[in-house]
Amino acid sequence: MALTAHHKMQMYGALLLLPAAVLLAAFAYLPTITTVIQSLFLPGFRGAPSEFVGLENYRFLFDDAKFWKVARNNLIYALGTIPASIALALGMALFVNGKLPGRGLVRMAYFTPTILPMIAAANIWMFFYAPQIGLFNKLLGALGFSGVNWLGDPSVALGSVIVMSVWKEAGFFMIFYLAALQGIPPELKEASDLEGTSRWSFFWRVTFPLLMPTTLFVLINALINAVRVVDHLFILTKGGPNNATKLLLYYVYENAFSFFDRTTAATITVVILLVLAVVATLKFTILDRRTHYQ
Amino acid sequence: MSSPTAISSTQDSNTRNPTAGAPRSRRLSLPSLETLAAWLLAVIWIFPLLYAFWAAFHPSEFMVRFDLFAPLTLDNFVNAWSQAPFGRYYLNTFALVTGVVLAQFVVCTLAAFAFARFPIPGKNLLFMLVLIQLFVFPEVLIVENYRIASELGLINTITGIGLPYVASAFGIFLLRQTFKTIPRELEDAARIEGCSWLEILWKVYVPLAKPTYLAYGLVSISHHWNNFLWPLVVTNSVESRPLTVGLGVFSAPETGVNWATVSAATLLSIAPLLVAFLLFQRQFVQSFLRAGIR
Repeated sequence: MALTAHHKMQMYGALLLLPAAVLLAAFAYLPTITTVIQSLFLPGFRGAPSEFVGLENYRFLFDDAKFWKVARNNLIYALGTIPASIALALGMALFVNGKLPGRGLVRMAYFTPTILPMIAAANIWMFFYAPQIGLFNKLLGALGFSGVNWLGDPSVALGSVIVMSVWKEAGFFMIFYLAALQGIPPELKEASDLEGTSRWSFFWRVTFPLLMPTTLFVLINALINAVRVVDHLFILTKGGPNNATKLLLYYVYENAFSFFDRTTAATITVVILLVLAVVATLKFTILDRRTHYQ
Repeated sequence: MSSPTAISSTQDSNTRNPTAGAPRSRRLSLPSLETLAAWLLAVIWIFPLLYAFWAAFHPSEFMVRFDLFAPLTLDNFVNAWSQAPFGRYYLNTFALVTGVVLAQFVVCTLAAFAFARFPIPGKNLLFMLVLIQLFVFPEVLIVENYRIASELGLINTITGIGLPYVASAFGIFLLRQTFKTIPRELEDAARIEGCSWLEILWKVYVPLAKPTYLAYGLVSISHHWNNFLWPLVVTNSVESRPLTVGLGVFSAPETGVNWATVSAATLLSIAPLLVAFLLFQRQFVQSFLRAGIR
């Protein structure tokens, strides 16, 4: 009798899971598997069956200088945006956590870029970066300098994109630091004041280590964003000039929907999935040692 | 984050602690320098948005001429509204966001309930499988998701934009965590009164998880209001394009639309979310926090 009740519970539970399971299968698991499969085949011409080529597509991709250029861009983009936005986020949180006139306004100013769509943010920054009428060059001109082609010069463009991304992201990470700072017991500060510890060494010896879990959490989110968010490129540069700002996911989009080369697109997608797998492993091994799921 | 003011006021008194080791002069000058830096950063951070407002409400010849008495105008908004079907885009985004959030609530609630309370064989493994979706997003799999969406006849439909996001690992995770904290005694009491499982879910679990729904709902609304890459791929006409894609098409630099008009269009597309954020800042920030700290 108890067993049948247990079975009934199992059935019921499975039914509750069913809608989510079907959707996850359709839009996450199945496409992941078919992407991997597609990266191992070459499509046949005129309805001929596609041909299994093993890792040939990968060899082809890795022989392509353009792919390495894009991968390098993405690495530079990550290295440029992540430490800068984490440091700024921490600074902002320290600012608005302390005594500060107009704290609410300052916090709002820091956070507001977070809720804008990336497309809107890119539109706004376009006004700054545009070569002739852009604000930056007008300012430079007023100071007597010649203008910089912020988005058209291959050696500057990626930097310009990075600056915009940092602006967009820092305020989001700030709120996590702010919450963590407010969880630090004030007694620690009192004790260190009694001992005459300078604020600088208090920060490095007490605050910063205590914020480590937050830093790891923010780092993982920043890593994911560095791979997944490419919306701004559609407005700012379209990956140009001369591929200088092309990121991996944008390259996937371009291959799939501009060049109609779905095999290459699938192969690059697998590379992205591998990067995300590394990030996920990082999260589940390092970060979750501190948190409890059960 | 629950009471930022209360906590910071205790810290204020700490910094004024007369036993602090720092010399008097430093204590007097440092805070003001810090305040200055905090405000300077705040001004830099909000400036792009203020600039967009400036450009949108003035004739285009004042784009880079800051004259306090420049004439204000609404022409840019009128132009933007007449040059692109923003009304339709609004409608689409509104339908998309409402549909996605409601569907997410239903699907994720059922799955979270199953994970929290039902004895499903291999539950932990299944849950880990669900968590994979935290890293493998629909927009990373654009190539294959596009194929699947087209096989289901969902290309160029609002359902097609939203459906891949409905079974959200994030929502399942958040709700499961909340459901697990609800005491079983409440559930037992309801069962004694003759409630079925769905009634228990609806009358006990859902009401007690209201803060989680609010947090998840706000995060999800912001995400889908701002989402771009997947909607861009899956839509191809005015009938289904959300605001972000409409704005992207409208303001692409090569279309040569007047910049003041682009500013106005940008503000039009971010206005509802921006206004909501300014009105309910606290709820927004707390939601992002709640949703982020897992």
